[in-house]
Amino acid sequence: MTQQLDTTEIGAARGRVDARAKVTGTAPYAYEHHVDQATYGHLVLSSIARGRVTAIDATEAFAQGGVHAVVTHENAHRLADVSDGELAVLQSDRVGFRGQIVAIVVAEDPETAREAARLVQVTYDEEPHESVLDADSPDLYAPDQVNPAFETDTDEGDVEAALAEAAFTVDAVYETPVQHNSPMEPHQTVATWDHHDGRDRLVLLDSTQGVHPVRQTLAPLFALDPQQVTVEAPFVGGGFGSKGMPHANVVAAAIAAKHSGGRPVKLPLTRQQTFTLGGHRTPTVQRVRLGADADGRLDATWHEVVEHTSRVKEFAEQTAVATRLMYDSPNRRTSHRLHALDVPVASWMRAPGEAPGSFALEVAMDELAVATGVDPVELRVRNDPASDPESGHPWSQRHLVECLREGAERFGWQTGVPPRSRREGRWLVGQGVASATYPLNVMPGNEAEVEALDGGRYAVRIGAVDIGTGARTILGQIAADALGCPVGAVELSIGDTSLPFATVAGGSAGTTSWGSAIVAAARALRDEHGASPAVGAVARGVQPENPDTEQYSIHSFGAHFVEAHVDAHTGEVRVPRMVSVFSAGRIINPTTARSQLLGGMVMGLSAALHEETVIDPSGRMPNHDLAQYHVASHADIGHLEAHWLDEVDEHANPMGSKGIGEIGIVGAAAAVANATFDATGVRVRSLPLTADKLGG
Amino acid sequence: MEADLTWRVDGVEHTLAVDTRTTVLDALRDRLGNTSPKKGCDHGQCGACTVLVDGRRQLSCLGLAVAHDGSEITTAAGLVDGDELHPVQQAFVDHDGLQCGYCTPGQVCSAVGMLDEVKAGHPSAVSDDLEADVELDEDEIRERMSGNLCRCGAYSNIVAAIEEAARA
Amino acid sequence: MKPFAYDRATDADGAVATVTADPDAMFVAGGTNLVDHLKLGLVTPEHLVDVSRLPLDQVTEREGGGLRIGATVRNADLAAHPLVRQLYPVLSHALLAGASGQLRNVATTGGNLLQRTRCAYFQDVTAACNKRDPGSGCAALSGWTRYHAILGTSSDCLAAHPSDMAVAMVALDAEVVVLGPDGERRVALEHFHRLPGDRPDLETVLEHGELITAVEIPPLAMARRSAYRKVRDRASYAFALVSVAAALDVQDGVVRDVRLALGGVGTRPWRARVAEEALVGGPATEAAFAEAARAELAAASPTDDNAFKIPMTRSTVVAVLSGLAGEETR
Repeated sequence: MTQQLDTTEIGAARGRVDARAKVTGTAPYAYEHHVDQATYGHLVLSSIARGRVTAIDATEAFAQGGVHAVVTHENAHRLADVSDGELAVLQSDRVGFRGQIVAIVVAEDPETAREAARLVQVTYDEEPHESVLDADSPDLYAPDQVNPAFETDTDEGDVEAALAEAAFTVDAVYETPVQHNSPMEPHQTVATWDHHDGRDRLVLLDSTQGVHPVRQTLAPLFALDPQQVTVEAPFVGGGFGSKGMPHANVVAAAIAAKHSGGRPVKLPLTRQQTFTLGGHRTPTVQRVRLGADADGRLDATWHEVVEHTSRVKEFAEQTAVATRLMYDSPNRRTSHRLHALDVPVASWMRAPGEAPGSFALEVAMDELAVATGVDPVELRVRNDPASDPESGHPWSQRHLVECLREGAERFGWQTGVPPRSRREGRWLVGQGVASATYPLNVMPGNEAEVEALDGGRYAVRIGAVDIGTGARTILGQIAADALGCPVGAVELSIGDTSLPFATVAGGSAGTTSWGSAIVAAARALRDEHGASPAVGAVARGVQPENPDTEQYSIHSFGAHFVEAHVDAHTGEVRVPRMVSVFSAGRIINPTTARSQLLGGMVMGLSAALHEETVIDPSGRMPNHDLAQYHVASHADIGHLEAHWLDEVDEHANPMGSKGIGEIGIVGAAAAVANATFDATGVRVRSLPLTADKLGG
Repeated sequence: MEADLTWRVDGVEHTLAVDTRTTVLDALRDRLGNTSPKKGCDHGQCGACTVLVDGRRQLSCLGLAVAHDGSEITTAAGLVDGDELHPVQQAFVDHDGLQCGYCTPGQVCSAVGMLDEVKAGHPSAVSDDLEADVELDEDEIRERMSGNLCRCGAYSNIVAAIEEAARA
Repeated sequence: MKPFAYDRATDADGAVATVTADPDAMFVAGGTNLVDHLKLGLVTPEHLVDVSRLPLDQVTEREGGGLRIGATVRNADLAAHPLVRQLYPVLSHALLAGASGQLRNVATTGGNLLQRTRCAYFQDVTAACNKRDPGSGCAALSGWTRYHAILGTSSDCLAAHPSDMAVAMVALDAEVVVLGPDGERRVALEHFHRLPGDRPDLETVLEHGELITAVEIPPLAMARRSAYRKVRDRASYAFALVSVAAALDVQDGVVRDVRLALGGVGTRPWRARVAEEALVGGPATEAAFAEAARAELAAASPTDDNAFKIPMTRSTVVAVLSGLAGEETR
C-alpha cells in the first residue's frame, strides 16, 4: 500500500488553468511560435507502394525562386543510426509504402514550398506490393511479443475440450478497420540547429506527447548526447497516441534544418500527410470462441487475432491481452498473428489493444447472452473473477459489478425485452451494454523538482506534456496537496526538456507517473529543508518503485450503456443516449476527468459509427482527409453521462488514482453494436456500423 | 504574384502585400502572427480556422486573402473586450468546453456567428418547420455546430456552454 | 499552387470577356471548392477572375411566378430566404443538408452547381483519372468506390456529382442562365451537367468564358409540400450516400404529379424520370413507390463497394414519398 496524500486540492473540481488562453486562441502550439528567419518545409511523398526511387528532378522546383533546398536520399544529411525503418528518413532509395517521404522542399515561404514540392519530379522502379490484410494469408507470423511487452500467445487449460463440452457456444469473427487518431492539430515541428556550449544543438518545437522521449529518440539518430537536443511542447493539439513517439516527420524537420543555411525550418504535415506518416491503428480480424454452461458461466474463452504490420517497422497491437483477465474462464487461449504488408507504419491509438479487442469480446458476450437467455448485465456479473485469472494476483480493486449495477440503474436497463420489439416513429430502438477495463500503467524514471519561492509559493518543474488531458491543471493540485499549500501557490512548469525527465503522456499513465514524482519531490523538500524551507531551497524527487504493482493486479473498470436508434427504412444509426460508470480510483479533478472520460466515450462512439480508413489494392489510403475519414461531429453525439464510483485505490499511487484517459473508449463500440442488434435483430460484427450494414 | 490588401483584423487595420495564393488563414497566421484561427485540415473539413468575416462565420482556409480586401475579420482573440471574455468564451471556460484547445477558437467563432444566424431566423437541417421561429434546443445547436470537429470529444460541454450563452 | 494573377470583376460582361480571352483563366466566387482544388494541384489556372462581388446576389420573384436566384447568392441566404422556405422547402432542406454553416455562408449558387466530384482519386494527383487527365485511366475502377455513382456511369468514370442543392433544383425543373461573349442563353439544369461517357473531363455544357449569372425556378404549386432526405455516414457535415428530393401531388390515393431527383448515386444530379413516369396515375402506396424506384434503378451499374446504394435508394425513395403522401392525406 502506498502512502496516501492528505487531500484538499485533490478531488476539487477546478477549471482548466489554460482555458482562457485556449478560448482566445492565444495559447501557442508548435508551428505558431515566432522564430526569426523562419523557412518553410513541405514534404514530397512516394506515389508507389514498393520499389526504389531512380531519379529526382528538382529543376522546375528551383525555377520557382525562393527554394533553398530540395533534400532527397541523394543529398540528405546522413543519420548515425538507420535501424528504425520508420525514422531512417531519406537514407536510401527504398520505398516501403505509398506516402513515404521521398523529398523535402525548404523554401522562403509556405506557398513556394508547397508549389515547389508539387513540381519535384520523382521517378521510380516499382516492385510488386501487398497492401490488403488477408487473415488467411500463408505468410502470417507470430511476433516475439505484443505492445508493449506482453506475451504473444497464452494457453491455459484445455480450451478445445471445454468448448466441446460446453452447453452453449459462440464462434464468430469480428473485424475492426484501420483507424486514424486524427488529432485536430496535425503533426508539426519547428527545427533549428545552433551552437550551444561549443557543441551542435538541435532545438525542436514539436507537437508531441513527450518532449523527453523525442529527445531520447532523436539524439542517437544525429549522434548527439541527449543534452544536445532540446524539445519544447507548451501546447499540443491532441495526440491520442499518434504523437506518443516521434514519427518520420520530426526527423525530416531536423534533417531539413541541416539544409536550410542555419535557419529554422517550420515543417507542418498536411492533414492528408498525417494519414501515412502519423501512425494508425492496425486493422484486426478476430475470431472469438466462447463456451459456457447452462447458466452462462464461461468455461472456455478463445480469442485469436490477425493484424497487419508494416514491412518497414513492426508494430503488434495487444488486441487480445485484456481477454486474458476480463472474465472468469478456466480454459483460455489467446493469440496474435501479423500480416506484414507494404503499408504505412501502425502505432499507438487510444487504448491500443483494449479498444479493438473489447469490440470482439464484448459483442461475443452479447451473443452468448442471447444464446443462453441470460440478461447481458447479469451474464457479465456471473463471470466476474475473484482474482486476476492471468496472474493469479488479487485485484487491488475490481468493481466492475458495481459499475454494471449502477449503470443499469442510472440508464434504466430493461430486462427480458426481445430484440426488434421497440419502435419510436421511424426509429427502431435498442439498448446495449459492454464492460471496459484498462490497466494501471506506470512508466518508470520520472523526476520532478520543487523550489521554495517567496511568499509561501513553490515552483514545481517536470518535463511532462499536457495534450489536452488537463495535466497542467491537475499536476498543480497534486503538488499543492503534496506541499500542503493552496493550489494558487504552485507555479507549475511543464512541456520542456530543460525540466526534469518525464515519460510520455500515454498509456493513461501520466498522472500516476508524473504525480508520483512530484509527490516524491515535495516529500524530499520537506525531508531536506523542513516544514518551512528557505526561499531558494530546491529538492528533486524520483518516482519511487511501487511494489504493489508486482503483488496486485491493478486496473480501472467500467460499464457502458447505450441506447441506439436505427432507421427502419435506411439503416442509419443514431445514439441519442449513453451512460457510463467507471471505477478508476480517486478522481483528482472531477471537471477535467469528466471531460476526459466523455472524450474517450465520444471516440468510442465515433469508432462505432464512422471511422474507417480504407487501404486500397494500390496501397493508397484514398479517404485520407477529414471529409472522407469521418470522425464524430456535434450532430452525432447525443446525451452522454460519465459517472464514477467514489473510491480510492491505495495500491496504485500516493494519490489513490488510476488512469482515465483511455478507459472511456474501451467497450464503447461494442455497447453500440449490441444496442443496434437489440434494435434490429441484425448482428453486425464489423466496424463501423454504417447504414448499409443495417438497412435495405 | 503579389497584390495589395487592406483589411481590419480584430479591430486593427493592416495593409500588406500578399502572394495571391495566400489564404486568409495563412495571411493571419504567417504574415500577421495572429494564430488564433487554427489549421486543422486546410480544406474546409474541420472548422478549426473559423473566423467572422464582416460578422459572419467563415472558414479562413478556403478564402483567398486577396479576395478579402476591405473585409473586417474577427478571430477568437479579437472577441475579448479588454480583459473580459466574450460571453460565449466565458461559457466555454465555465463548462470546460475544451480539452486540447486546438479546435476551440474555431468553435467559439462559429458559435458566435451561429447565434447571430439564429437571431436572424435562419433555419437548420433539423428545423422541422422551415417557417416557424427557431427554438435553439440541443439538437439545433448540434446540427448548426457540426462544421466544427472536436477530436477530444468536448461536444457535450460545448453544447452546454452554447446553450448557456444563448440564454444570456 | 501555381502562381496566378487575380482580378476582381466589376461587371459581368467584363468578367466574361477577360476569361474568354485567356485559356488559362478561371472564374472564382466563394472559392470553397476552387481553393481546395488549387491546394491539391487539381487545377492550375494562371489567372483568377473574382466574380463574388458582382451584383448577382438577389433572389427575386419572376413575373408569372417562380424565382430568379442570382448566381452569387450565398447558400445560407438562399436556404433562409422566406420565399424559398415557403414555395420550395425541398430547396431549403437540400441546401441546409449540405456542407456546414461556415461553408454555406460563402458558397454561391453558381459555384454550387459547378462544384466537382469528391471522388478520392480525382482529388489525388498521383492517381489515374480521366476527368482530371483525359486518357490516363480511372484508378477508382480498381479502388474504393463507396461514394461513387451507380447511375450514368461509363467505363471511363464513376464519379458522383456531390451537390445537394442541384438535386433539389433539378427536381424543380430549374433553368441555368448563362452569360457568354455572345450574350445570354438558358439551359435546363437537367441538361446542364453532362454524362461522363468517354469524356468525363467535360462536366457541363458551359464553354470556356461562360458565366452562370442566375438560376430560375418555375412555379410549382405542389412544391410547397416537398422534401429532401439525405442518408450519409455522419448525421451532418458529410456527402450523401443517397439523397432524394421529391414533390408529390396525390388526390384520392392516386399520384397526380410528382417530381423526383436523386443525389449521391448519379454522375450528375439525377432526375428520376423513369420513376416519375411509373408513378403518375398510379396508387400512392409504398409498394408503388418501391416499384417506381426499382424501375429507375434498373439501369444502375454498381460496384461491390456501392451495391448497397440500390436498396438504400429504394428505401429512401419509399420513405420520402410515403412521408409526402402521408402529409397529403392527413
